[in-house]
Amino acid sequence: MTAVRIEGLRKVFGTFQALDGLSLAVEGGTVFGYLGPNGAGKTTTIRILTGLAHATSGHAWVAGSEVTGHGQEIARQIGYLPEDPAFYPWMNPGEFLDYVGRVFKMTAAERSSRVKELVKLAGLEEAAKRRIGGFSRGMRQRLGLAQALFNRPQVLFLDEPASALDPAGRKEVFDFIEQLRGQCTVFMSTHILADVERVCDTVGIINRGKLVTAAPREALLAQFAIPAFEVEVDAQSAAILTPWSEALRHETWVKSVSLEGLVARVIVNDVEIAKRGLLASITQAGLILTRYEVVRPSLEDVFLQLVNQEEGQR
Amino acid sequence: MSILVAFRKEWLELIRSHRLLVVAVVLAFFGLTSPLAAKFIPEIITLTLGAEISKIIPTPTVLDAIAQYTKNMGQFGIILALLLTMGAIGQEKDKGTAAMILVKPLPRGAFLGAKFLSLTVMFAISLAIAGIGCYYYTLLLFEAMDSVHWMVLNLLLFVYVLVPVAITLLCSTITKSLAASGGIALGMIAIGGLLGTITGWGKYLPGELITWGARLMQGDTTSSWIAFGISGGIILISLFAAWLIFRRQEL
Repeated sequence: MTAVRIEGLRKVFGTFQALDGLSLAVEGGTVFGYLGPNGAGKTTTIRILTGLAHATSGHAWVAGSEVTGHGQEIARQIGYLPEDPAFYPWMNPGEFLDYVGRVFKMTAAERSSRVKELVKLAGLEEAAKRRIGGFSRGMRQRLGLAQALFNRPQVLFLDEPASALDPAGRKEVFDFIEQLRGQCTVFMSTHILADVERVCDTVGIINRGKLVTAAPREALLAQFAIPAFEVEVDAQSAAILTPWSEALRHETWVKSVSLEGLVARVIVNDVEIAKRGLLASITQAGLILTRYEVVRPSLEDVFLQLVNQEEGQR
Repeated sequence: MSILVAFRKEWLELIRSHRLLVVAVVLAFFGLTSPLAAKFIPEIITLTLGAEISKIIPTPTVLDAIAQYTKNMGQFGIILALLLTMGAIGQEKDKGTAAMILVKPLPRGAFLGAKFLSLTVMFAISLAIAGIGCYYYTLLLFEAMDSVHWMVLNLLLFVYVLVPVAITLLCSTITKSLAASGGIALGMIAIGGLLGTITGWGKYLPGELITWGARLMQGDTTSSWIAFGISGGIILISLFAAWLIFRRQEL
């Protein structure tokens, strides 16, 4: 089932085109990472999908309902955490969550148990009676996540959910998002590639208001995989590293060999043959290994490659 | 009902932020001091400037107390209405709380309506306290007033105060800036006042409600229903315009 579908979405602010015919589909139950450089159109997309902004043209559906004209219907199915969540400073977390429960027309008993559950989940039990006005950014972010989950949404929109958090806070948030996999669709925008790599199973890359690519994370990484190995040797083997690399260049399965200190980077034609041949060659040469690995592209490599390609085409 | 959910939050905010207390205390203070001022200011002037001056100062009557009260309530009612309403919608849009809540199934009309309703109830309570206080002190210092007419006067004052509340709410919907919404609303109210003075349309404008109330206290039952209707119309049109703008506004 498709949880979010976007077709030809355009958004123009004066002369600036924030979204330029964006089309995208997100499968239900996945954690979708919406990746792009600052100003790419990520927040604008989320604001249109949540009904906070209007598209200049195009269509979008969330949880089966078209965004335009079904605001209240969609509002019951979604949760939303903005980049910088804002609260009434005079309320305490329980009061704010209770207000959210009232907006969703929940009974007093339902609200009470959900408030307790979410205050605990957000780790705010000790601050339950404190005014939100005195909360740290991390506490507000966790409360923001709690309020977004209050109605057990089908689709959860998170706009840069961890951009302002410290490493411990980020881990907490992403562990939590991880738990949501399969329970609801998470549509998470970020410009931090490590966040996406950590938690998302599907990735969409947007640049200048256009979708550059969208694919399962592993498929994307495989598609952009570099057929390369890195071999790092002990200092005792430094003398034989250069003659070994010279000899290696003559192998038919080797494309190139580059040396940098005690590290040799070997680009190959066939990974499977290289896996066997390279180790045999190292043993034969008598190199003492400190590291041997098949180079795996990071999402950062993929992202930069795609965004640069896109920029080059302009 | 969604409006009651939003109203509950607004009302709680008026209490927690002490705005309700401030408005009630300010209006009650001027309600209580109006008959006191009417009674004792001539005496203070006489004591300060000598007995000769008392010959030209008329003896204060209950009508002076009423005039003082309507002047105070009219002026401070407008000031408080402006100050308390100018950030009502704009500040919530600017800080992001409107987006946090309106992304949920709370209709924008209910959000807007609750703001107006809570301010309406706050001014109703505050004016009631001021009215009771003034009535009691006038009774002590002068004589009993016609209680029905007194209630009608306060009802007219209440409608008069709701006009700037509605206009300022509209301005707060149009702009996020506190200063801009307050400035535009003040400008609109000032233009209305000038129009009444220059063109002679005053008898059809909200200011006439105070004159009508004061006339009533003097025993003159000439009504000003057109001014009442126009005041109600301004309130309704302002609220409707605010809703039309707000329902399509990007947050």
